[in-house]
Amino acid sequence: MRDAVQMKVNGVTVRVPRGSTVAAAVLLAGRSGFRRSVSGELRGPLCGMGICFECRVAVDGQPHMRSCQMLCREGMEVTLSE
Amino acid sequence: MSDRRQFDVLVVGGGPAGIAAACCAAEAALRVAIADDNPALGGQIWRGEHSSPSSKEAAFWYQRVKDLRVEHLAGTRVFAQVDSRTLAAETDTSVSELSFRSLILATGARERFLPFPGWTLPNVMGAGGLQALAKSGWNVRGRKVVVAGTGPLLLAVAAHLREYGADVRLIAEQASRRQLLAFSLSLWRQPSKLNDALSLRRQLLGVPYLPSCWPIAAAGKHKLESVSVRRGAKTWSVPCDYLACGFHLVPNTELAALLGCVVENGKVRVDELQQTTMPDVYCAGEPTGIGGLELSLVEGQIAGHAAAGRLDPARRLFAKRDKMRRFAAALERAFVLRPELQELPRPETLVCRCEDVSLSRLREHSSWRAAKLLTRCGMGPCQGRICGPALEFLLDWKPESVRPPVFPVRVESLIATAVRTDSETMHNSALRS
Repeated sequence: MRDAVQMKVNGVTVRVPRGSTVAAAVLLAGRSGFRRSVSGELRGPLCGMGICFECRVAVDGQPHMRSCQMLCREGMEVTLSE
Repeated sequence: MSDRRQFDVLVVGGGPAGIAAACCAAEAALRVAIADDNPALGGQIWRGEHSSPSSKEAAFWYQRVKDLRVEHLAGTRVFAQVDSRTLAAETDTSVSELSFRSLILATGARERFLPFPGWTLPNVMGAGGLQALAKSGWNVRGRKVVVAGTGPLLLAVAAHLREYGADVRLIAEQASRRQLLAFSLSLWRQPSKLNDALSLRRQLLGVPYLPSCWPIAAAGKHKLESVSVRRGAKTWSVPCDYLACGFHLVPNTELAALLGCVVENGKVRVDELQQTTMPDVYCAGEPTGIGGLELSLVEGQIAGHAAAGRLDPARRLFAKRDKMRRFAAALERAFVLRPELQELPRPETLVCRCEDVSLSRLREHSSWRAAKLLTRCGMGPCQGRICGPALEFLLDWKPESVRPPVFPVRVESLIATAVRTDSETMHNSALRS
């Protein structure tokens, strides 16, 4: 990838095209479950536009970030709660 | 401490309506800003296109908004009202108070989701939802996708995903062939839309597009593996990696309602200049009724001119808007939801995904208010934006009054801004409910 960003998803290094969202990076890391619901179900992105809050992840230690509305940055560390 | 900013015209929402509104207001040499939740301008329809627009129209508006030096507040969520001419907003790292002389709400629409068994599985997404991810760096090449639900968005999404290399297995449209035909006939009067529709069908050659067909269940262990669909008396299962499923769109009216604007039948009421029932608060695009790109652009322009006090250029656009509104009316007729869809969720199917509340638990209550208090339905982070429209369709429960903050925010943001949660605001919101 010519213009790529390198980051980590649950400790695994991924390279994504610059301008990608964190949600795209998580999917690229092979994960479709982003978090556990209040009753323990695995959940992933639904609306893709910041409304449903299903794609929440922790980014650089900050919890509950909507991964679909956040762009990837070099060195970013994403943690899934599942 | 919050950062205070002052503008002549503040536009909330950076999709086509918001961009057009901001440009027309900025032409009058006013200080204009667009506050938008997304990382870049363009809303959902032009998502990911700011650096390489896919149409002449998008390129034109991106260039114009740049040339007119409209200030863009990206990743900015408006969450409350401070006073009649100030809104409170936050980004991931800051909080601000945005003051204005006129306000234009261009908050767009979201997809309507309907619950069915398995709809909470990972990889069951909105139709626009999967498209947004594909526009945001997720490579769908070679993935098997079923597109389902209702509305013109289904064809656009399927064509787009196919262009990105996805293997679109089926498009299941719940509207009947008769409804779709009536809708197509209404397009004869609008050649550009007819052309769009025909070119979409060309791009989708070989993909089955079935009317009167809808998803009844999604199945899979840890993520989606197949979707069952029904058509007439026939049901069958389609193996797939993704289900892109949305039942047309619902206007985002929460901020308008918070500001006291009258919302009727799910739409923000506006006058001929796009002014809401609150003085100096305008509204344009999907929140006034789902009408698509062209109507959003023309409503945005009218609102922008009007907010800048330039009534003649606004009036010159009325005829064009009338024409586009006829298309909006045809849309509403064509993609009305069939009653069979109310039977989709089983008693144990979750309706509220934030608080995991099942349909059977909700059926124990007579109103959303009662259900909210006892089940927490609609009280999670989406604040009822997903389950609300579903419950309106399933149980005829009307939306509750809107209270600040309209988006979940950090406690620091609430403290830093002088957001009114005093008895007067509470009293007003109680009156509206």
